[in-house]
Amino acid sequence: MISLSEISVHQGTFSLQDIAIEVPTGAYGVLMGKTGSGKTTLLEAICGLRRVAAGSVRLMGRDVTRLKPAARNIGYVPQDVALFSTLTVREHLAFALVVRRWSRSAIQVRVDALAQLLGIGQLLDRRPRGLSGGEAQRVALGRAIAMHPDVLLFDEPFSALDDDTRHEMYDLFRSIRKQMPVTVLHVTHNRDEASRLGDCFFQLRDGRIREVPR
Amino acid sequence: MKGEEPRQASAMTSIPAVPAASGDGAAAAPSGRSTDGLFLFGLSTLLGSYIVLIVGLLCALGTFTTFSHILAAIKTEEIRFALRLSLISCTMSTLLSLWVAIPGGYVLSRCKFPGRSLVDAVIDIPIILPPLVMGLALLILFQTPLGRAVERFVPVTFAAPSIVLAQFTVACAFAVRTMRVTFDQISPRAEQVALTLGCRRSQAFWMVALPEARRGVLTAATLAWARSFGEFGPILVFAGATRMRTEVLPTSVFLELSIGNIEAAAAVSLMMVVTAMVVLILARVFGLRGSGLL
Repeated sequence: MISLSEISVHQGTFSLQDIAIEVPTGAYGVLMGKTGSGKTTLLEAICGLRRVAAGSVRLMGRDVTRLKPAARNIGYVPQDVALFSTLTVREHLAFALVVRRWSRSAIQVRVDALAQLLGIGQLLDRRPRGLSGGEAQRVALGRAIAMHPDVLLFDEPFSALDDDTRHEMYDLFRSIRKQMPVTVLHVTHNRDEASRLGDCFFQLRDGRIREVPR
Repeated sequence: MKGEEPRQASAMTSIPAVPAASGDGAAAAPSGRSTDGLFLFGLSTLLGSYIVLIVGLLCALGTFTTFSHILAAIKTEEIRFALRLSLISCTMSTLLSLWVAIPGGYVLSRCKFPGRSLVDAVIDIPIILPPLVMGLALLILFQTPLGRAVERFVPVTFAAPSIVLAQFTVACAFAVRTMRVTFDQISPRAEQVALTLGCRRSQAFWMVALPEARRGVLTAATLAWARSFGEFGPILVFAGATRMRTEVLPTSVFLELSIGNIEAAAAVSLMMVVTAMVVLILARVFGLRGSGLL
């Protein structure tokens, strides 16, 4: 479960006040709102990248409000995917596992499984430079889910993709969710995308959240 | 819209350069080919004249010096010592500069703290200070109680360490500037993702930020080395110009000039040009190898 309880976040002159969201365990929450409404700021607050001035963030029942990002067990895919330019695709998939000191053989098994799941086996030795938008998204997704996170946060992951690739990614996301039940909060301003993927919907407007019926 | 037409027409007729024959909008667009060409030609001429100046300098040095002059210079024990000391001191000051500049540039780029602007301004001081003033300041610093205490353990003034310190003081400022710009140009987003993947700040720095800054590190090292190699003013004041003791290649040029031996001065200068070019090319080749950029 992702549960935000009356949280306030400040970023310069911009602020979000008394934000409350609850995405049930295993559900796919979609957060919509106009550009500049604070969606990314909210995701960063859940990740621990932005300080929460008031309220609490609970993930799977655990209060993580004051925890560092590393301790929250979150898979985060930012809008620009932010791949590591000097690492290969294989190293991206292994990154969180190396940090967690998994054994070499366990990492190998997990990377192979992810590569197969995401259909990027042929890209494993390539670096991000030259990957297509869809390939980069798959790598970013693989990097985020490698360590079996409690929750996944997606920040407009398909905004730079063409229609065909976007539909491929919808299918991929759905198939991953079937194999790996995880609670998701997905930020987008695309209604079609929201309706295809989401279970519960939230609208961020004028610094306030309201839940939108399906 | 109809009301605007007469005004548009009168505006067009008032511009004599517009051909009146064709009535479509494309004809009204000014023909920019000739002015664009002139503009680019002007820019190229300015750049070209600077390139001519640099090549002219190298040619003048090269034609003034004969191969026998260079051989004679290399055979001199003093010049060989100066070359050795130059290479060692420059490498040491470059390593020291990077040791300070990489974390320094990172902190200035990523961290907001009170007095950051002041720190930023202080780093510019070695860049803007006249070289002789820098040397004098170093000399006076080592006459203070603190400086004397250091001298008790490591003799600095008028000894080889003073050369490294004089080079480092100036070169490090350039290296910090370069590293700060490098980290400014790298989005912090990748490091933030690394934090969510389980990294501590230090791990995100070593595993993500520093590898991404590799080209900047190379540029900073190149700049620091080149700056150290050509450093003269602070060295003259702080280290002196004692042969076989504190003589680096710029000192050799100065000493040869001071006794009127222009041929030897030019030969040493050409040696400096060639050495600097070889080192910089090697740094580029080895630094970029494996990065996918070479």
